[in-house]
Amino acid sequence: MAAIVAERLGKRFGPVVALDGVDLELPAGGVLGVLGPNGAGKTTLVRILATLLMPDQGRARVAGFDVMQHPQAVRRRIGLSGQYAAVDPFLTGQENLIMIGRLYGLPRRQARRRAADLTGRLELTDAAGRLVRTYSGGMRRRLDVAASLLAAPPVLFLDEPTTGLDPHGRLALWRVLGELTARGTSVLLTTQYIEEVERLAGTVVIIDHGTVIASGTPGQLQAQAGGDRLDLQSPPGQDPWQLAAALSALGAGEPAIDEAAGRVVLPVADGPGILPEVAGRLAAAGLHLSGLALRRPTLEEAFLALTGQPPSRTQLPQHDASGPPADSARQVQGTRSAR
Amino acid sequence: MITAAGTAALPGRAAPMLADVATITGRNLRRLVRVPTLLVFATVQPVLFVLLFSSAFGGAIHVPGVARYIDYLLPGIVVLAIGFGASQTGVAIAEDLSTGMIDRFRSLPISSGAVLAGRVTADALRNLFVVLLMIAVGAALGFRFHAGPTAALAAVALAVATGLAFSWLNLLLGLAVRDPESAGLAGLFPVIILFFTSSALVPVATMPGWLQAFARANPITVITGALRALCLGGPAARPAIEASAWLLGLLAITIPAAITRYRHATSS
Repeated sequence: MAAIVAERLGKRFGPVVALDGVDLELPAGGVLGVLGPNGAGKTTLVRILATLLMPDQGRARVAGFDVMQHPQAVRRRIGLSGQYAAVDPFLTGQENLIMIGRLYGLPRRQARRRAADLTGRLELTDAAGRLVRTYSGGMRRRLDVAASLLAAPPVLFLDEPTTGLDPHGRLALWRVLGELTARGTSVLLTTQYIEEVERLAGTVVIIDHGTVIASGTPGQLQAQAGGDRLDLQSPPGQDPWQLAAALSALGAGEPAIDEAAGRVVLPVADGPGILPEVAGRLAAAGLHLSGLALRRPTLEEAFLALTGQPPSRTQLPQHDASGPPADSARQVQGTRSAR
Repeated sequence: MITAAGTAALPGRAAPMLADVATITGRNLRRLVRVPTLLVFATVQPVLFVLLFSSAFGGAIHVPGVARYIDYLLPGIVVLAIGFGASQTGVAIAEDLSTGMIDRFRSLPISSGAVLAGRVTADALRNLFVVLLMIAVGAALGFRFHAGPTAALAAVALAVATGLAFSWLNLLLGLAVRDPESAGLAGLFPVIILFFTSSALVPVATMPGWLQAFARANPITVITGALRALCLGGPAARPAIEASAWLLGLLAITIPAAITRYRHATSS
């Protein structure tokens, strides 16, 4: 039985079409990463599947139950961690978890034991007795995720669970999710980080403007995005345009050039295979490199290839959609170097 | 222990609704003693109301047939304190909405009335405390029950019931306006208007003619009148029935409306 099946889900808010016929399926025990820019419809999708919103069209089954006809049956089988840390700042971490456990129907002692166990796993034990208002943003986020795990639900919804977490907190969360999926929990998570889905060995759906524009494993999507990326660093004084010109014939797509940084990024289909050719052409042209790296495309680059525009990481208005491709390519460069 | 998932759903429970209401009530009672604003609304404000109103108006106002103004005043300002305190209920539910707490609660296998009922139950316990506190402070200033212990108990019960109606009204307001600050104002505004156009501070007969008709129909006049009858003595049955009718009418509208709103509420 599939953990989640959605068929032609549609949802409008007034004139805004949030979801426009989304189909997806998550086999029991799988991990599905839903990627998309802000406003793409990710949160609306999660809210419909978690019984918080009624779709205008289509239908969905979660853990075998229709979300519209049997919402209570669905709720007994899901955990939800939304985009905000939905924890009470005036309760302690432990009190928050015990409250949620009790509302799931766990006996007091069991709720207490689960709370202690989860605070330990998410490295919150020392803070469990403190009021949540004293927590950092990352700690609140982890507590929120712990709350969604309290009843060990077979299906878990996580809406950008690692946004705002520091690397340490992200690793702790990934470890817990890895354990859960290893034991058969099905997870749907929205994320901006493709590494997150890779890490959890899942499949990916990319949604944009309320529709699914691509799906597959992270590797398949990255292959669709034009294979690997070759990062070439030009030494000071050497024109990166010359580098691009010498090597563009080897690329699977147009090179992106960052003049100020002296960097060229070339999409390549068979990265390791063309490295000797790269060396040969550079030697023939008398060009030098101060740095070379072969890597998989970033999420931004996959997006650029699949949607023709980079994902927006903030709520800022997007200018890129109408801008020329070269501008978008430069922006990719800028964000990549920041990671 | 992270138990094997994908297994059976959670077991059903004997009295799930009551247990859930108790859990939510516990949460709100904890908040009550930990959130400074809530604590002030429940302790300092009621005491100040008794002290300030009785000192400020006590010398100037002599109500015919009532020996001490505090006897006349206390029922009115009990209603005021409860009405003001209830505005915090609207603030709290709007906060829960904007922080995603409501999303979380709505994703849990609990009755849609449980979160609201738990809130109202905690309010009722707070109001019981507020009423007893005001009676104690009032008693120090000379307030006495004149109609016997049964009537006194009925007065306390009526005051707490008034709080229930205020709480449900503010839950509805908070869920409707969504923004915590606006919810606070939306809750205070009707209480202020109705309080000063009622018989809470002065008898209706002393008001200008155009205001008297409104003041007589004003629910705060009706409720205060019933409380006064129960505290001071005199015929209490009819005022109590009228007050109960107001409260039941208000509850009959606000409870289903608030629950319906809650069922469709999500953070923006």
